[in-house]
Amino acid sequence: MSKQGKEKKKVDSNRKLLSLNLTDKLSGPISSVVAILTGLLIGLVILLIANPSNALSGFSWILTGALSSPQDMGNIFYYATPIILTGLSVAFAFKTSLFNIGASGQFILGAYGAVLVGVKLTSLGSVHWIAALIVSALFGAIWALIPGLLKAYRNVNEVISSIMFNYIGMYLVNYLVRETVYHQLTNRSLPVAQTANLPTLGLDRLFPGSKISAGILIAFAVGVLLYIVLNKTVFGYELKACGYNRHASRYAGINEKKCIVLSMVIAGALAGLGGGLLYLAGTGKYIYVQDVLAPEGFAGISVALLGMSHPIGVLFAGLFIGYITVGGSYMQLSGFKPEIIDIITAAIIYFAAFSLLFRSMLERLRFKKEAEHR
Amino acid sequence: MNTLYFLIQQTMFFTIPLLIVAIGGMYSERSGVVNIALEGIMIMGGFCSILFIKMMENNLSGQVLLILAILIAMISGALFSLLHAYASINLKADQTISGTALNMLAPALAVFLARMIQPEGVQQIQFKNTFRIESVPVLGDIPIIGDMFFKNTYLTTYLGILILIVATVVLYRTRFGLRLRACGEHPQAVDSVGVSVYKIRYAGVIISGALAGLGGLIFVVTTSTNFNATVAGYGFLALAVLIFGQWKPLYIAGAALFFGFMKTISATYSSIPFLFQIPITGYFYKMVPYVATLIVLIFGSKRSQAPRAAGVPYDQGSR
Repeated sequence: MSKQGKEKKKVDSNRKLLSLNLTDKLSGPISSVVAILTGLLIGLVILLIANPSNALSGFSWILTGALSSPQDMGNIFYYATPIILTGLSVAFAFKTSLFNIGASGQFILGAYGAVLVGVKLTSLGSVHWIAALIVSALFGAIWALIPGLLKAYRNVNEVISSIMFNYIGMYLVNYLVRETVYHQLTNRSLPVAQTANLPTLGLDRLFPGSKISAGILIAFAVGVLLYIVLNKTVFGYELKACGYNRHASRYAGINEKKCIVLSMVIAGALAGLGGGLLYLAGTGKYIYVQDVLAPEGFAGISVALLGMSHPIGVLFAGLFIGYITVGGSYMQLSGFKPEIIDIITAAIIYFAAFSLLFRSMLERLRFKKEAEHR
Repeated sequence: MNTLYFLIQQTMFFTIPLLIVAIGGMYSERSGVVNIALEGIMIMGGFCSILFIKMMENNLSGQVLLILAILIAMISGALFSLLHAYASINLKADQTISGTALNMLAPALAVFLARMIQPEGVQQIQFKNTFRIESVPVLGDIPIIGDMFFKNTYLTTYLGILILIVATVVLYRTRFGLRLRACGEHPQAVDSVGVSVYKIRYAGVIISGALAGLGGLIFVVTTSTNFNATVAGYGFLALAVLIFGQWKPLYIAGAALFFGFMKTISATYSSIPFLFQIPITGYFYKMVPYVATLIVLIFGSKRSQAPRAAGVPYDQGSR
């Protein structure tokens, strides 16, 4: 073979490698998009079965309802903020192959921490909201620390211990709210001081009438930060190594117990921060004393799954869920119940579980193409 | 004495649904499929069977209606679990994801359908509870034991105990049970002797669906007179009981009984004179079952061993 031929072959193989890499990188988002489209299609079918004459108008509310006014567009971000944080929490723990089903308890503990500081420490002035947010992350972290320690040192399954901690956290917060920041007449927490509410940074003028605040910017920043930590630092590498193979990473000199505990603590801090961001958004949100687990924690699981546990993917997934939630609030106008949104979300998650299938289909498609080229 | 009878009766109400659902989960996980969808399946089984009770209650009542509802609950639970089986067995999907999807789908579907089917458009389904057995004939008249186990009870309590016995025998004493356990530990070995791993795993998931659906009905019937698209996290608690019970039927029964008893204390402490006098706020009593389970786990988990192949899709090509 001549030298030129060799060179050409090398370039060819490089190009093949590149395209392989690209398809690998894209197959994640592509399968998420396919899952979303399939889920939406299921939603349309259900609408058609329920009420054929209104189905199309109802469906178009889902797709475009969130764009009908600046207020709605702003609310997308409001709904997305807490579930992005709980989604990041679940996704981060997934990276160390821990299933943080306890985001709900960490979320409500964080919310309580934020409200406590927001109500009590009124002399802090302009840093009041920052202090409240830090405490919210701290409370969430503490609530995840114990399941983390139990997992690392006593081999207690983190799924079951965090389920238990969800309930213990809920009752504990009910108790603490009643003891410290309780408004008896409404059976809920007291309103936080004005200084504890998140600044709006003019976003409220951009989306007048909406509930948007700087919370969404914090959520984005945290997402980007996590991406950097996971992909560009030794610490992130160690966490992921522990997730892939605990024993191998121990032999490679990684302290796998420390990884487990830190991964849970960080996940807890994220969920707790989510609670802080929601309850300090200045939208009249209060902690009610009731025996119901915070749904945001469980929504976080679906956001993490839809975002394929990738920090940036989670940001988009959270925005998407916020988007169709706002659209769903218009469904009543077409005579449908807003629960259809939950059905569609569930269907999307179900199809997202098939990502392996989508990927292998994409792969087969690529091999076919390559075979034709030869 | 009356307090003791009351405690035992209450404990049964809390224990039986947990026991049945956890046994169901055991069948799925020992076959190698992690079933985190128990909560959703319970809701679906509860929804279909309570809706059936609601529609039939003008024509039927009492144990006949309950038995029919039990069948409906088991069938609907089994059908719903097929979604999980198909995703995790045929499509080799991530089992946590498809389970989570089912957990989300069930309450949404239940609320959506209830609001569409019921003429008033409400999501709660009210029903008349005609199923309570004041006293079992003959057995209820036995002193002490009759008061403990055969008064103020439900048919489902005895069904639950029957299920425990049958499930134990099937798992350890039949060919099917052996194959099921093997599928959860080393599916390649099962395949190598010509038994279909897929079929066994389907059977495991369907059994778990039927039992979880049944558990949903029992939970609603024994604790309430309306169904509001929720089983109050009992599916997750059953998952905890399953792990707590080390994936073994008798341990699971013990775990369910332990949790049921703790739950009884937390729910009824105000009517137990001894506990009522201790000056502790009610919120702490509500935490008791969860804290107690955690403490037991801390001392009992060191040797905990899940089925080796649970959660791993079976691939014929791998070794």
